Amino acid sequence: MIKIKNVSKYFGAKAALKDINLEIADGETLAIIGGSGSGKSTLLRLMIGLIQPTEGEIWIGDDEISRMSEDELRHVRLRMGMVFQYSALFDSMTVGDNVAFGLVEHTDYPKERIAEIVKEKLKQVGLEGVEHLMPNELSGGMKKRVSLARAIAFGPEIIFYDEPSSGLDPITTTKIDELIISTQRALGVTSVVVTHDMASACRIANRIAMVYQGELIAIDTAENFRRLPDLRVQEFFAGLRI
Amino acid sequence: MLIKFLTAVGAFVIRRFEEFGTLVLLYVDTMKQLRHKPRMRHIIAQMSHLGVDSLMIVSLTLLFTGVVFTLQTAHELIRFGAQSTVGGIVSIAIGRELGPVLVGVVCAGRVGAAITAEISTMKVTEQIDALRVMAVSPVDYLIVPRMLACMIVVPLLTVFGDLIGVFGGWIIAVYYSGISSYLFMHSIDVFVTTHDFTGGLIKAIFFGNVIAVLGCYYGLNCPEGAEGVGKATTKTVVASIIAIFILNAVLTFFVYGG
Repeated sequence: MIKIKNVSKYFGAKAALKDINLEIADGETLAIIGGSGSGKSTLLRLMIGLIQPTEGEIWIGDDEISRMSEDELRHVRLRMGMVFQYSALFDSMTVGDNVAFGLVEHTDYPKERIAEIVKEKLKQVGLEGVEHLMPNELSGGMKKRVSLARAIAFGPEIIFYDEPSSGLDPITTTKIDELIISTQRALGVTSVVVTHDMASACRIANRIAMVYQGELIAIDTAENFRRLPDLRVQEFFAGLRI
Repeated sequence: MLIKFLTAVGAFVIRRFEEFGTLVLLYVDTMKQLRHKPRMRHIIAQMSHLGVDSLMIVSLTLLFTGVVFTLQTAHELIRFGAQSTVGGIVSIAIGRELGPVLVGVVCAGRVGAAITAEISTMKVTEQIDALRVMAVSPVDYLIVPRMLACMIVVPLLTVFGDLIGVFGGWIIAVYYSGISSYLFMHSIDVFVTTHDFTGGLIKAIFFGNVIAVLGCYYGLNCPEGAEGVGKATTKTVVASIIAIFILNAVLTFFVYGG
């Protein structure tokens, strides 16, 4: 379970997040939505420990990570995987090496076993026979898939997605959404998806949380969310400018 | 007006102290990571990438430095009947100062800039964050191999540069100034000690260390965007060259001062 208790984050005098309280159950898929600059990516980065909150606590299972050192965080991060907005594949490595990276770094598996796992994970995301390609030879959608294969290669308990549909066409977006759903079902992982794509959030999430100007203004199941009376939520749903 | 001026000066000083503090913390963290098993494959790859590619520019720099230095000194020394000292003077100058410092400066431009460009691009494209999320320390994975590679490669390039520089001096002494090859070599034999070259190599090890750490520091702390990468690269070259000259003065005092 992920628990966020009274978390605030300030950059200088500017508040990026104000008094956020949130719980995400094991095996749940939560979509965090909000406009550009609303603070949703900051919230995601706090949950992974890439930045520390100014106030409050962040619990990943039994570990309170908000004041952990980088060394301590490494043990917690072994239970996490992340799909970055622009994939963040290591451009000096092949696709196969990218997917194998966590396994090479943290296990003593022989090369053959790692190659098998890489093949299996790539197959799981619908990519086969691309191990030898370099990231710059892939399309945006393929990069996202490889990024997901890399995230699940080490068998994480939690997967974070930062804008998984960003920069993709509607058909590829739907395929990535299906992949997120199938990954969640196959592995039973907890998923946290930061997105500004309402349709995508409704498709993949059990619950949706909305961040507006650094505050968590609404959280509910995907079915109920669209019926919330809050004008800011309604405007976001209608695709209007907030 | 005065208050504004003092505020600006104060803010500038605080920023510089903050930068220096961050650099020191990064350096300490890098030293701590040395306790882990070295990533030999990465170190060798970096040595090849950063070192071998610099051979040509180091060769040209030191060859022409040896040529010009001998052109400038041989004529005067011959006027005073001291042609038997030319080989020794050229070798000592190159071994103690010109070799390590010029190789350091060339590497600051060639190697330091390459390190910063690579790491800052990784930062901008979230690859550094990806390392951290995958529980891999960027310091251990990126900085330590580059630092160790530079601490090996810069002295090796200095050895190579020293030889090329002395060779450049020999060409001018023999074919332009009319000093016999035997006299040039004999002069080296009489005046030059091993310490003249090993002292220069000790300096080169420190220069390699500084170039790599500054290159990584500016790469990891580069501002967002393509412009940020350019700025960070320029800062690395400028800071490395300044650091090399200051460090050279300090090291010369300790290595040759007594």
